[in-house]
Parts: sequence; C-alpha cells; structure tokens
Amino acid sequence: MPLDAKTSNDKKAFKSVGTSPIRPDGIDKVTGRARFGADMSAPGMLVGRILRSPHAHAKIKSIDTSKAEALPGVKAVITSADLPKYKDADEDILINIMARDRALYDGHTVAAVAAIDAAVAKKALKLIKVDYEIMPHVTDVDLAMLPNAPLVHPGRYDGMAENEHLALALQEQGKAKSKRKSTNIVSRYDFGHGDVKKGFKQADVIVEHEFTTEATHQGYIEPHACLANVSSDGSGELWVCTQGHFMVRDVCAALLGMDVSSLRVTPSEIGGGFGGKTTVFIEPVALALSRKAGRPVKVVMSREEVFRATGPTASSSIKVRLGAKKDGRFVAAEAVLKYQGGAFPGSPVEMGAMTAFACYDLANVKIVGYDVVTNRPKQAAYRAPGAPMSAFAVEGCVGELAEKLGMDPIELRKKNAAVEGTKSSYGPTFGPIGLVETLDAAKKHKNYKAKLGKNQGRGVASGFWFNFGGNTCVNINLNVDGTLALAVGTPDIGGSRASMCLMAAEELGIPYDDVRAIVADTSSLGYNDVTDGSRVTFASGLATINAARDCAAKLCKRAAQIWDIPADAVKWENGAAHPAGANAGDFPPLSIKELAGQAHSTGGPIAGHYEVNADGAGPSFATHVVDVEVDPETGATKVLRYLVVQDAGKAVHRAYVEGQFQGGAVQGIGWVLNEEYIYGEDGRLQNAGFLDYRIPVCSDVPMIDTVIVEVPNPGHPYGVRGVGETSIVPPLAAVANAVSAAIGVRATTLPMSPPRILEALKSKSA
Amino acid sequence: MRYEAPETIKAAVGLLIKARGQSRILAGGTDLMVQMRSGMLEPDLIMDIKRIPGMRDIVPEKGGFRIGAAVSGSELGEHAKVSKMWPGVVEAVELIGSTQIQGRATMVGNLCNASPAADSVPALIAVGATARIVGNKRTRDVPVETIAKAPGKTILAKGEFVSSVFLPKALPRTGSAYLRFIPRTEMDIAVVGSGVCLTLNPKGVVTKARVSLGAVAARALLVEEAADVLLGNKLNDDVLERLADIASDAATPINDKRGTVAFRKQVAGVLTRRAALIAFQRAKG
Amino acid sequence: MSNIHVTTTINGDETEYVCRPDESLLDVLRDRLGMSGTKEGCGTGDCGACSVTLDGRLVCSCLVMGAEVDGHKVETIEGMADGEDLHPLQQKFLEHAALQCGICTPGFLVAAQSLLERNLDPTETEVRYWLAGNLCRCTGYDKIVRAVLDTAKDMRKVAKKSSAKKTAKKGARHAA
Repeated sequence: MPLDAKTSNDKKAFKSVGTSPIRPDGIDKVTGRARFGADMSAPGMLVGRILRSPHAHAKIKSIDTSKAEALPGVKAVITSADLPKYKDADEDILINIMARDRALYDGHTVAAVAAIDAAVAKKALKLIKVDYEIMPHVTDVDLAMLPNAPLVHPGRYDGMAENEHLALALQEQGKAKSKRKSTNIVSRYDFGHGDVKKGFKQADVIVEHEFTTEATHQGYIEPHACLANVSSDGSGELWVCTQGHFMVRDVCAALLGMDVSSLRVTPSEIGGGFGGKTTVFIEPVALALSRKAGRPVKVVMSREEVFRATGPTASSSIKVRLGAKKDGRFVAAEAVLKYQGGAFPGSPVEMGAMTAFACYDLANVKIVGYDVVTNRPKQAAYRAPGAPMSAFAVEGCVGELAEKLGMDPIELRKKNAAVEGTKSSYGPTFGPIGLVETLDAAKKHKNYKAKLGKNQGRGVASGFWFNFGGNTCVNINLNVDGTLALAVGTPDIGGSRASMCLMAAEELGIPYDDVRAIVADTSSLGYNDVTDGSRVTFASGLATINAARDCAAKLCKRAAQIWDIPADAVKWENGAAHPAGANAGDFPPLSIKELAGQAHSTGGPIAGHYEVNADGAGPSFATHVVDVEVDPETGATKVLRYLVVQDAGKAVHRAYVEGQFQGGAVQGIGWVLNEEYIYGEDGRLQNAGFLDYRIPVCSDVPMIDTVIVEVPNPGHPYGVRGVGETSIVPPLAAVANAVSAAIGVRATTLPMSPPRILEALKSKSA
Repeated sequence: MRYEAPETIKAAVGLLIKARGQSRILAGGTDLMVQMRSGMLEPDLIMDIKRIPGMRDIVPEKGGFRIGAAVSGSELGEHAKVSKMWPGVVEAVELIGSTQIQGRATMVGNLCNASPAADSVPALIAVGATARIVGNKRTRDVPVETIAKAPGKTILAKGEFVSSVFLPKALPRTGSAYLRFIPRTEMDIAVVGSGVCLTLNPKGVVTKARVSLGAVAARALLVEEAADVLLGNKLNDDVLERLADIASDAATPINDKRGTVAFRKQVAGVLTRRAALIAFQRAKG
Repeated sequence: MSNIHVTTTINGDETEYVCRPDESLLDVLRDRLGMSGTKEGCGTGDCGACSVTLDGRLVCSCLVMGAEVDGHKVETIEGMADGEDLHPLQQKFLEHAALQCGICTPGFLVAAQSLLERNLDPTETEVRYWLAGNLCRCTGYDKIVRAVLDTAKDMRKVAKKSSAKKTAKKGARHAA
C-alpha cells in the first residue's frame, strides 16, 4: 500500500469521482484540431519510406542503394550499416527495426529512404536492389516445435538450457526423443501447486480438449507515425504516437548511441494502441534518416505495413484438462500452452499461463507454457496479453463441465470461484477481489433471463487480469487564478486526462473544470512507464492524488504563514485552508483562489509533485454473458445480446469505464468470429488490410450492456482497479460457449468463421 | 501519369487510342485508386468520364432504363422507378461497400473491374442486362456476361469503354433478387453471390428464369440448368432442393482466404434457394 | 508527372491548389492545405476515417482524386462547427463519451451528419448500417450509436418547431 494512502474502505463520499464530465481534450477531437502522429510537420521536412522483405525467411546477401542515392530528391538511404550495435542497445529490437544478415518475416524492414516527397521516396525504394537467398520458414506454432522444423535462429540456442525445452515438449506430447541441438522453443514456464495426478483420480467427470487460436492484431485505426529531427550537434526531437514516450526515448537513444538527455520525445494524441504502441518500429529509423539527411523526417506507416510489420498478438495451441466431483467442485486442472510470438522471444505465454486458472480456487493445478519463435513479425502486447487465449481454452472446458454436470454455468463458477484468501494458481494469495460479485450481478441481469429461440445459444465466461502499477511521476502547478495545470507522463489512450482531473479536483475540493491535464514531454517530467497493464487510472491517479495532497500541504503552509499560526494547525477542506480546530484561532477560510493570488508574496509559486514506483494494483475480474444465433445453413453467427460485468474497484469516470468494458468486448467478438492472420504456403501474409482482416463493424454488434461492480482496491486511495484489459479476457470463451450451445458442437478452433462452423456442423451429423 | 477529363465520347475515345502504355477509366474510382495505391497499377493515362454528358444519367428507354457509366450506387438506389422494376439489381449494387463507397462506386465499374466476386454482375446477368461499348469505329451492345473474360480481364479493345448498361423492360409478374454471403454484415467481398430472376404466369408457374452465381468461378456464371429446373414449376420444396443442388454443383470455386471450396459450394445452393424465394414473392407482387 | 491546377470550394471557401494526378483528395487536404482534421486510417476505403462530403455525398477522400474535384464542393470536419458553436452531433459525442482515442471521430461525425441530413428519424439498425464503413476500435460502437440517436431526437424537436422534416430513408441493407 502506498505511503500515505487512505484506505478506501472508509466509504468515502465522492463529489467529482464517479461522475462523467466532458473530457478536457474533447472539443479538439470533435473539431479535427487534435494533432495525432501524422498531423505534425516541420520546415524542410522530408518524407521517409521503408523497404520491406517480401520473404518470410531469407539471407540478405547484399543491398545496393547506389541508384536510389543517385535519384534527384533523395536525401538519405539507410540500411543496417547505418544502425550499428551500440553497447546499451537491445539486440532483438535492433534486428527487428532493421534486418541485418537475414530477413526474418514478410514485412521485415531492410532499408529506408528520405526524400523530398512521397513520389520520389516511392521511386527510390524501387531502385534499391536486395539480393536475397530464400531460406525455409515456419509460421505455425505446433510445426515450429517439431524436431525437424526450420530454425528461426540457427545456432542461437545451441548448448543452452533452452534445448531441454524441446526434450520436455516432446516428452509431454509422448513423442520420440530428438538428437537435435537447436530448437525454436525459447522458454518454458511452469506454474501450479498440489498434485494434479492425485486430483484427477478423485474426479467424477473429466473434460479435456485441444484448442487453437490465430494471431490477431490490435487494429488501432491510427497507423504508426512520427516526425524526427536530429540536429548536427547530435541532439534530437521526436514527435510520435506512442503509449510510452519515455520508453521511446530510452530505447531510441540506446539504439542510436545517443545520451538519453539529448533526445526529447513529445507524445502526439494517440489513435488507439491496445498494447501495440508499447515498443518502437519506425521511430529509430526516422531518427537515423534525419541524422543522415540533416533534415526533419516524417515516417507514416501504411495500413499494409501496420499489419505486416508491427506486432500482432501470439497465435496459440492449448491443451486443457479439468476434473470435478459430481457436485461441481473442481479437483484438478492442467494446461499446456504453446504460444508463438513471431521471430523473437517474448510471446505472452507466461502471462497466459499465470492467468489461465486464476479465476478458480484449486487444490491441484499445473500449467506449462512454451514460448516459441516463428517467421512472423515480433508480437507486441495486445490488451491483457496472453490471457484471452488461455481463458478461451479453460472457460470452454468449464462450460462443457457445466453441461455435463447439468449445472448452471454461473453457479458452477461460483462454487469454485477465487475469493479473498485464495492461493492463486500462479502463486500469490488474493486480497479483496470481486469475482463472486460479478457472477452474482450477471445472474441477476435481465439478459441472463431472456428466452432463447431456435439456433440460439448462451455463453458465459469469466476472466482475470493482474493490473500493473509501475513508475509514475506527476506535477501539479497552481496558476495565479487558482486553476491547476496537471502534467502526467502517461499517454491518454481512452480519456485518462479526464480521470486525472477528476481525482485532482476531488482531492483539492475544487471544480473539475478548474483542472486541466496535459501529457508532458520527456524533458518536462520525470520518467513514467508506458501506458499499459491497465495502470494509468490506478498509478497516475495515485500519483495525481498524492501530488494534490502535496499541493494542499503547501497551501496550508501559506495560509499558516498569513494567519501566523503553525502549519500543522491548518487543514485543507472543500477547496480552502481552514484552521484545524478551535485552538488554532478564528480565521475565515482561505480559498485556493485567494491563496493562489497571494502566492507571489507568500513565498513564490506553488506546485505539488509525486514520484512513485506504484505497487498494489488490485486485480480485476469480469463475467460476460452473450447470446448468439447461428444460421445452420451458412454458419453465420449473429450476436444478439452482450453483457459485461466487471469489478472496477471504484469507477472514476463512469462513462469511460463502461467504454473500456464495451470496447474490449467487441474486440473479443472480432477475435472469436472473424479476425485472423492468414499466411500462405510462401509465408507471406495474405490479408494485410481492413478488407480481409475483418474487425467488427457497427452493424455486426448489438448494444453492449454493462454493470460496474465496485469492490474497492485497498492499494489505491479511492479503491481504483485498472479496467482496460480484463474486458477482453472473457469474450473469446463466452462467444465460443454460446456458439457451441447453439450448434451442439464444442468449438475449439478460432476464429469460428462461417466455414469452420459449417464444418463443425457436418462433423456432428456425420 | 496524366489526368484527362474529356467532355465528349469522341474526345474520350480519341484519348484512349492515342494513349501510350496503360490507360484506365475513372468513374467512381473505388477500385482504381486502391489498385494504384497498392502499386498493382501505374497507369499512364487516367481518363475521368464524369464530365461527358449522359454518363451520370438514368434514362428511361424502351420500357426499361439506361444507366450511365458514372451513376453511383447511391444515385441508382435513390431512383424509385429502377428500384421498383429491378430490385434485384439495385440491392446488388447497394451491397457494394460502405455508404462512402456507395457515394462513388458505379455498376459499370463493378462490371469492368472484372472481379469474379463483383456483386452487381450476377444480378445484371439474371435480368438479362446489356452493356453498351463505345469505341473508335462502332458502338455495340453485348450481354453483360460476355464482358469479363477472366479475373481482371475484359473483352474491351484499345479505344473502347463501356458507356452504359441497359436494363430491359420487366415483363409482368417478374421478380428479381440478389443475395450474397459475407462473414460480417457489411464491408466484405462476396464469398458467394446469387442472382435470380423469375417470370410467372398468372397461376404462379415459372415461365422464364435466369440464375447467375458470383465468386464461385473465374467469372460470374449463368447457370442454365438451374433455370431449367424452375421452368414450368411452382416453387415447392422439392423444386427448391433440386435448385440448390444444381447451384452447388455448378459452382467451381477455389480455396482462398475468404472461403473454402466446400463452403462456397454449399452456400451457393443455400443462397440460390433463398434468392429464388424472394424473387418469387416479388413476382407475385 | 505535371501538376494540375484545381479550383474548388472547401467548407464554403473558394480554394485553389495544384496537385499531381496520383494524389488523392485526402493527400491534398492534409499535405497541401494543412487540413489535418480528416484522418487516414487505411487509404483503401475500408475504414472511413477520411470521410468528407463531395457535392453533399458522403465519400472516402482517399478514393477521390485531387484532380477531379475541380468545380465541386467539399465539406470536411473543419467546417462542421459554426464558429465556436459545435454542431449538435459534436456536442452529443462529447456528452455520451462516444470517443476514446478520437482518431475515427471526425469520420464518424461527417458520416453521421450525412445520415441525419437525409433521415432525422433513423432506427438503431439504420444508424448501424449507415456507419458500417466507419471503423472504431475503441468504443464497440455502443456510445457512438447512442449519441447519433440522441442527436436525431433533439434535432427532430427543433425541426418540428421550425418546419416539416425531410425523409429520404435509406433502407437497412442486410446480407442473406
């Protein structure tokens, strides 16, 4: 718990928190004035464009840039030779932003140009000659784990502990031993407690299935964009759409061999991220181009580049076994998770393994996860990374268990639900959590009582996400008129500035409209971690509240000075300093406006600060209920009703909390029904566009009903829990359970596209 | 690359004949601009035909309608008389893309892009539409099913372009319908499309029928066997089942990112049966 | 590739520019005229972020050539508010929290305005199908649809007071 946090269990009566005011950046966003990544320009600006590998795996024998360099209007051409390995650079990131000896996936950057306009840049790319030698490739996670699979990094794991992973994986699959020294399996994770073998012996019913999910993309509508300007003295500026500009600064400085202090990164408005903008792609390339050309360079990805070369999520292959007594009590649970995360280590399988059974109180549980590399783009975080896939598999088995036992699926989950004091399947013991509350609220909701017609089915699923805290730094500057300038360092991807203003207003007892929040650049504020892990409303909120308290303490000191009484004889209440009690003296309160107006004569400007590596982000649970109708002749699925019930701890801005619930649910609907990365035999991505990578459109979905459950998080002064990610954990399973109920066959392969549903129906009748 | 916007057909044909390299007609541009952006196409001449008189007009002719090559989907959809006479054609055109695409995309563009999955083409084939081709020496009218030769390839010779499509007069008790299957509710390319046009006698027996399938072969198919099964019959369950089987059999699709062979064959039958029922209801009035 | 001189009307202002034949109206708006309110999400007509109206018709500006709008009228998001008075749709989008990141918002507003100009009493289904060409990845569409329906309701009240309403309904289009 943070230093001076009030516990939220004192049922504080809130004035600002819990309302839904208009966001401070709202008008700019409805009038087109807001400036996103691609909306900035600079005098003398060049256009940067990137040449990408058309091959899934190829040796780069040579690159000839001479013709491109000779083209009039071309000001710089770069290859990996212009991006040497500096001491602090992360080698995987370095290779990912610019291929070196080999192209590792379709879309991998091999060269880049900066030219006076787009037409010249496009022409220049065509003049770059790359001599490739095509190598064998692998894109499927199960195939990549085979002993004879083409290797993504030949030799890299030779003689390392990782080789044991292959042996273990083969053993677990009951396959023969292999003598091979190299493998694509880069990590193995193991979680659990108890004795699963013993547990399964006690089971009356056992459900077991193998599941697969395809890679999906975050699908933010704004392609990556940045404007880099490196000066001849080596200092640089970068304007960029990102979830973490401090991360961009540090990573780019290391990649380019710059001092961190010589690079200033300013975050633009960000047009969606969902985890996909938590790393760098074009930013170091733009900086390198600008450095070479001596002019500002803007790089904007096309949609095709976004799909081919940024980070989608992992695809997965998962086996789950779940045993229960006749009364529904789970006695054993086991899962093997295999996730491929593209051409570099780091698939979210560890988090998939940790979250898989987190909803349940289990005596015997074992989870093994394998991180596998393939010839695909390096995965990036996508909303609760790793969790939706394992929840899809586990909750599918829970759903089938409910059917087999003839139990209500909510009651079955309640019977086994994790509660305060439960030892979680990934280790820690839970504090106060709200899973049971979400199940109760779901059962009470009208959607759970709606009658179902022919070809219709209902699905239920629960989900869990840890939520993060992390490094956070906030400044509050008091202006002369008593209004506040609040500077946070976490990019606002869904209305968080409004939430910060609400919390500052709440703490200082002033109107919401008197606080204006900005996202400060890297030179104006201390380091902040990336906007991820549903951490912003929790961690930046916590820092904002404490910065406001710092500000209030300073205001009290000024009042004490004016009244000539000790500072600790002054308290802050309802936007004004008051004598703390009768003994302190009889002074009329001094409002924030009065104190601000006198600040220059009472000791100078007033500002509040807070810096923290925040801990205590309370985990969040959700339960989703969905009804679907399947056309048995075409396999088309229509979502009829959708309900999200989730624990927000304390909803700061109610409408934006609902928005997070709804957005996550609809992304999940896309993932389960239609979205997938489709690779051809040649290892090339076949659907790199919004036409064939099919995210849900407005007419695909119904209204998304929401219930906000509030079980306060003791780790936050107001009880806040992160809400952004949990909402995408249950939908894959919830919709899959509903489709399975409608068609009478267990759906185990995602996406459940119409051809797959017709196939499933055929297998049932056969 | 050159952009030209001639104001007569003669001038347009002249430009096409003189042009070196690739020439492309710009009407709605919804296919052309995508192909140019992807780098698939870098035409030397882009000829905008929207300034030629008549290209944006819908004109009654011989009891039917002549639809200019630059009439957008929205404009066609708002034409009450065409919608009343040939609902199957209008609903097919309206299925192409979003509201935004409808504001630009044209039926003739859909035809001349020669995609096997073009929505309007099976619907046009079903109603017996003809396309008017203008060129250097002669103007000719051809059945729409002859325009596409293969994906992306048409019968148009150098200097030629399609200036309009003619929808004939509908006989009494005629109904048309078009259905397609897409994975989402909007925005996708047809995985299967089926256009049906029926004419009934006063007793409700089919006297004239045309059935066309899209997205199940290299170009839209006119399925005569499917029409034959309807002729002389009412639309009872037995006839509809046979119709569905024939449509499924006639489909010779491929496996691709949008669908499988088995899926396309089955759904070709399902949609043809459903479209026939809608056309039948419309024919009965 | 020689430049083409174009004279057109944008948000009521006569505007001249030159552009290359391969430039889209979106490129012209953003890069030549500095009107960056219109967004590019895909450049292929699949996302609707670049929605504008051309002679009153809703289009994707990425699929219109800069050269062909000579003599026509273009309306963009920058022309939607009347000075400091927001259009009712803009106000309702704010009140309903119908935007999270805001990148799709200009396109949605222009598209929704085009719907309400034709049909002031749309059903939820009509709103959803009209807006199907505008992708939003943040909101799940719920609050957007509510904001449009609520705006229509308010505008109907105003319209009732002033004059008779126009209805040119676009029927809901359904696949099989």
